Parts: sequence; structure tokens; C-alpha cells
Amino acid sequence: MFQIEFDNDKVVGIDLGTTNSLVAHMDLAKPEVMLGEDGDKLVPSVVSISTTGDTIVGNRARQELIDHPDRTIYSVKRLMGRGIADVQDELKLFPFHIAPDSESIIRVQLGERTFTPPEISAFILRQLKKNAEAALGAPVTKAVITVPAYFNDAQRQATRDAGRIAGLEVLRLVNEPTAAALAYGLDKRQEGVIAVYDLGGGTFDISILKLHEGIFEVLATNGDTHLGGDDIDNRLLRIALEDIQSEWSEDLSHIGEAVQTLRRDVIRAKEALSFQPAATIEFAWHGKHYRREITRELFESLIKDIVERTLGPCRACMKDAGVTPEQIDDVVLVGGSTRIPMVRSAVEVLFRARPRTELNPDEVVALGAAVQAGILSGTVVNQLLLDVTPLSLGIEIAGGVVSKIIHRNSTIPASASESFTTGVDGQTNVLIHVIQGERELAKDCRSLLRFDLKNIAPMPAGMARIEVRFLIDANGILNVTARDARTGKEQSMDVQPSYGLTVDQIEAIIDESIEHGDEDLQAAQVASSRVEADQILLAIDKARKSDAWQALPDAERESIIAAIRELQSVYHTDDHHAIGKAIETLNEITRGLAENMMNTAVNSALKGTKV
Amino acid sequence: MSGNYFEAFDLPRKLAIDPKDLEKRFYSLSRQLHPDLRRTPSERAEAEEAMAILNDAYRVLRDPVARSEYLLKLEGFDTAQTSKDVPPELLEEVFELNMALEELQAGDTDVLEQLESTRQRFEGMRSELDTELRQKFNDWDSAGRTEDLAAVRSLLNRRKYIANLIVKTNVPDRI
Repeated sequence: MFQIEFDNDKVVGIDLGTTNSLVAHMDLAKPEVMLGEDGDKLVPSVVSISTTGDTIVGNRARQELIDHPDRTIYSVKRLMGRGIADVQDELKLFPFHIAPDSESIIRVQLGERTFTPPEISAFILRQLKKNAEAALGAPVTKAVITVPAYFNDAQRQATRDAGRIAGLEVLRLVNEPTAAALAYGLDKRQEGVIAVYDLGGGTFDISILKLHEGIFEVLATNGDTHLGGDDIDNRLLRIALEDIQSEWSEDLSHIGEAVQTLRRDVIRAKEALSFQPAATIEFAWHGKHYRREITRELFESLIKDIVERTLGPCRACMKDAGVTPEQIDDVVLVGGSTRIPMVRSAVEVLFRARPRTELNPDEVVALGAAVQAGILSGTVVNQLLLDVTPLSLGIEIAGGVVSKIIHRNSTIPASASESFTTGVDGQTNVLIHVIQGERELAKDCRSLLRFDLKNIAPMPAGMARIEVRFLIDANGILNVTARDARTGKEQSMDVQPSYGLTVDQIEAIIDESIEHGDEDLQAAQVASSRVEADQILLAIDKARKSDAWQALPDAERESIIAAIRELQSVYHTDDHHAIGKAIETLNEITRGLAENMMNTAVNSALKGTKV
Repeated sequence: MSGNYFEAFDLPRKLAIDPKDLEKRFYSLSRQLHPDLRRTPSERAEAEEAMAILNDAYRVLRDPVARSEYLLKLEGFDTAQTSKDVPPELLEEVFELNMALEELQAGDTDVLEQLESTRQRFEGMRSELDTELRQKFNDWDSAGRTEDLAAVRSLLNRRKYIANLIVKTNVPDRI
């Protein structure tokens, strides 16, 4: 209750991309991307574990992709929040080395060790954190991280877990197209309806927003989390591999080093094709040379269906937003793949508007994340983001049918309450399956979690009444609480997420990385626990001067003081668990005090609005 | 956050609402309540709850059908009728629609054209109903007679039935 944040804490904005990642901050009135150690703004989302166990991230890791492909991974975002069954298509095209015991949580083999996708993303986040700290000359512990708008609950949770593993408090997950709109709207002071078309390395999003006097209201969003520039690379790669096989009578597709070198050369040709009518793939391998000219015409015939796959979601999005192309004032392009002329003209035809490209499509998402960080820390005023949930939330009812309780494109936070009861006499628990998706049958949707309402007092069938409240928070993440409607008491339940890590698993990962000699991380954990301790101690210090403190019974005051002593005694140890535990105890024990103090403040704030 | 959705927006309990005015109120309330504008976790948690309810309220009030269903419930009327009985005047239309859908399932794509014209007819009926509904909205708003609400109730039932038929004619979604 007393865990407060200070406004002077610098909050950074992070674009954790499939191909590249960036970190930005609000520099006075303008968002700005911060440079990395190598002077580059873009940190390639590539992670490598060296033979000595060191982690290499970014441009240097890109070289490792060629030298040590079995110890290096790119495009890990494609694996975030997914189970092994979800990524079979990915595995055919990407050189992911999946550990054999992967099921609902994938583990990737890098050299001798295995890592979950959030752990690998955490390596990238820690590099960005380091870059930001070097640029700002101050510790960075808080961030806003962007995610594709069409990410489901598990993918969002996985991203938040990555932040936590990296020692960052994730204040908010923001949808990438929405972030782009924030950066764009702030820059142009634009009013009206805009569409953001975001074709990134691995994901496609389309969002339609209404901008009015600093309010950014998302009307609808749609997309495909399996579609991006990677798919275009893979088309070119396949052609080159086939050519080489027929010219050299040699199949290179199973030699990681060769494939990664060729992939790099193919991407060079692809990028050149955005500016010239033809480009050449040039590839050298063990003294042999392969050259192939690709005309833009051939290129366009190769990627036509990929570009077309983006148009269906665009039409669906306009329909859901209730707008026609004529009502869209501007189209903003985001993501490197929108540099492709064919993509631009497809967008132009569909929306009947020339797309805006003033802001760098690689940077605009990170800039927007910094704007949202500014809003959350109070340095950006009068701007407010109202986003939506991309997928409908439902529960499985009889016959495996889905009953939708929160519809897609509902403004978040959004909530719904459902009442559950027992079906047979004396039943003491009720099992509920929560899913996400648009299809009619639960098996065709995404399983989110199962929860078990337990310890229901035995009574005749249909007599129990358990009220379950589903809240999709401003991050787009589901929170479930339950209450016995007859007693008003909180209902106990077991929540079993279908995918992703549990809180205990995340703690274990953090401990494990510390054991692996990761002193940085340990120091970061200890430092952030101490900051937290400072805050609660300071807040309680203030509270002890209030009337609410005097009003407490003597015994309660004494036990609070004992808890303060306990926290002070572990404060200087290097044990972040002990500090965390002492904070938790103190927080718990001061709940009554905090509630007393807050009631006055919050009540007056809420009453004034008549809501 | 107590009271009903109309009170949340400080609006009288009426069936007709000016969407521009409603939007203005929504934006202004959002600026007061949104969790992003709060600084401490406990304030944010409170604001998140309040904002969730405000969003739910806005979703219901901005949509004329959801709004009138909501108002009918507040006024003690039953929720939408779920009867599967075909209204007698639609018997023939529904019969033909089901035939066409069966033929389509059997692979006969010639019926697509017929389905399209059926859809257009149903959409025409729906927009006629919407006109009637708007009239009844005004009647109830000005006179407050229970019989006007009863008329709204039966128009909504009919509209729901036709809306379901339109969904059935949406062929691309079914294949």
C-alpha cells in the first residue's frame, strides 16, 4: 500500500522488435532514441552465448550468427508466449534449436545451455537498459515496452516477464501501432482519423485511431502475429538455395553458417530493391561464388501474396472501426518492410491516401513508447491513450462452445462479471476454462488459463453463487478475481496458465542467472529492492506524522515499528529476497494504516466525478 | 462508481442520446479517471477499476441497441427474447434462406446471388426497423409512457431476429 513511485524516476520507452530493438526517452519536450555502445540506434535483436559463457547482444551477435550459428538466435519474438505446437511452421523456416523437453514453454538450446524466450528477450532488454544508463548517466529501472497490437495474453505476459528478468519494472505494455500514432500525433498535432499500418520483421498490425485534443482513441485493431519481413527474406532465401543446389549440386540448407551468410546477402539485395529496379544477390562460400540478379518485377511476384495477406486485416479493421477509406485522414507507415514500394502502393490503393513517411519507420515505435513513458511519469501532459483489446475473451461452456464475455476492440481497461454455480449436490469446486479468440469453438481459440474455484461450502446443486470478475487491464493482460456472492468473501482459486512462466519460475530464472555469475543482474536486483525499500520507509515516515497513525492501536503501531527495524536490518545485505520479503511484511502490516489514509484522498477524488 | 450508466455520464435516462455529446463527456471523464494519470500503484488500481466501468458504460450507451436493452432492464423489462419461433410474416423468407444455405453446403455456388439479394432485403428490413425504433425512442423520451417501452421491446426482438438472419447470409464467414 505504501509502495509509491517517485516522479523523478526516469522511465524509458523500449521497442522490443523482432529484428531490431531500440530505447528512447523524453528529452525535454521531444522523444529521442538513445545510442548504443557502438554508436548505433538500432540494436539487432540477436543474442549469442560465447564458448566462455558470456552473452553477446546486437551488432556483435550478428557476426556470431555466421560464426557460431548453434550458439546464436535471432527473431526470438516469434517464440514469445507460444507452445511447441504453435511454432511448427516457424521451425521449418528458422534455425531455432529447440530443446527436446519443450511443451507449453519452449526452451531454446544455445551452446550448452537452454533458455526460455523471455530469458533471451531479457538479454536484449538488459543491453538496452545499459545503453540508456550510459546515455542518461543514471540507473534505469522502469520502462514502457511495446508489443504488437495483435499479441494475445500469453505473448504479453511473456514480454512483461522478460522485463522482470532484465531487472526492469514494466510500467506499461503499449501496442506498437498505437505508440507510433502517439509519436506521430505529438509531432504533427494532427486531429482526425488515422490508420497505422505496421509491417515489422515478424508481425503485422493495423490500427485505426481517432485523435482529438490530445486523446488518442483506438477505434479498432487487427493483424497477424505470423507475418513480416522475415517471411519475405525466407522467400528469397529459398530461391537462392534452390539455385545453388542445381548449380553446385550441393544442398546448403542444413549448414547453419552457409544459410546465415546467404540470408545476410539476400537481405542486402531486398533492401536495395526498395530504391532500384534490380539488385544482385552475391554469395561466396568456400571459394565458390553465386550471383543472381533479382528484378523488382520478379521480387514483386514473389511477395505479392504476403502483401495481399495484410489487406484482409485492414478491411476487417475498417469495418470494426466503422469507417470507410474516405473517412481516414492519414495513413502512417511503421516497420522496415513498409519501405518496399509494392507495400506502399498496396496501402495507397486500399486507403485511397498517400501514406505519411516523415518519421523514420524504424524509430517511430520507440519514440511513441517514450511519449507514453512521459505520460505515465507526468512529464507529458494533456495526452491520453485509450487503447483496445485485440481479441475477444470468452469462457468455455457446454459442448466446447465459447461464450464471449469481453468483445474484441473493447476499450481497455475492460471488465465483465459472470456468475457461476455448482451442478451437483455437495460439489465443492468449479473448473473454468478461459480462452481468447473469435471462433465459436474453444478448441479453435487460444487457451489462456484454467482456474478452479475451490473450497465452496457443500450445498444443494445450483445454490452456490460465485461471482467472477474478469478485468483486462491497460496492458491488455487479464486479471481474474472471484467472490462468494452469498458471503461477500473472496473466493479461493487455483489459476493454471496454459502457456508461459509462473511467478516462481521467473524467480528461479533470476536466481539461476545470478548463480551463473551474472553480477550485473544481482546488483540490479539488490539496487531495485533498495529503491523500493527507500520509498516505503519514506512514505511510512510521513504517515507516522498523520492522525491516522495516532488512531492506530498501540499493538499495531509496535508491530509496524518492528517490521521497519527488520527491513532496516536486511537493507545492507546483498540478499534481494530478504529485502523483498521484509518490504512485503511491512507493506502487509501497514495495510490498515494505508487504507485509512487513502480513503479520504481517493474518495474525494472519485466523488467529485459522480462516477 | 455507483448508480447506473446514465448517472455515470450525468445524463437523464433517455433512449435517444447525442453521440457527439456522449463522446465529449467520455473524453472529459477519461481525463479525470484514467489510471495513466495517477502516480501511486494503489491510486492506479482504483482508477483502473473506475475506468473499466466507465469504458463498459460508454460501450453500452454509444450503441443504440445495447443502450435501449440496458434501459429496458433498468425499467424492469425482460432481456431479449430468445424464442426460436419464426415470425409468421418471415416464414417464407427463412425457409428459402435455409434451402439456399443447404444447397451452398452441397457445393452449389449458383445460390450465392440469391443469398446476396436475400441479405439486402433483410438489411432493408433492419433499417426500416431502425427508423421505427428512433420514432419510439422519441415517443418514450417525451411522454414516458410504458406502452412506448413495450413497443421498443418488441421492435428490438424483431430486430435481433433479423440481425441473426443477416449473419447467416454472410457467406464468406461461413466457408
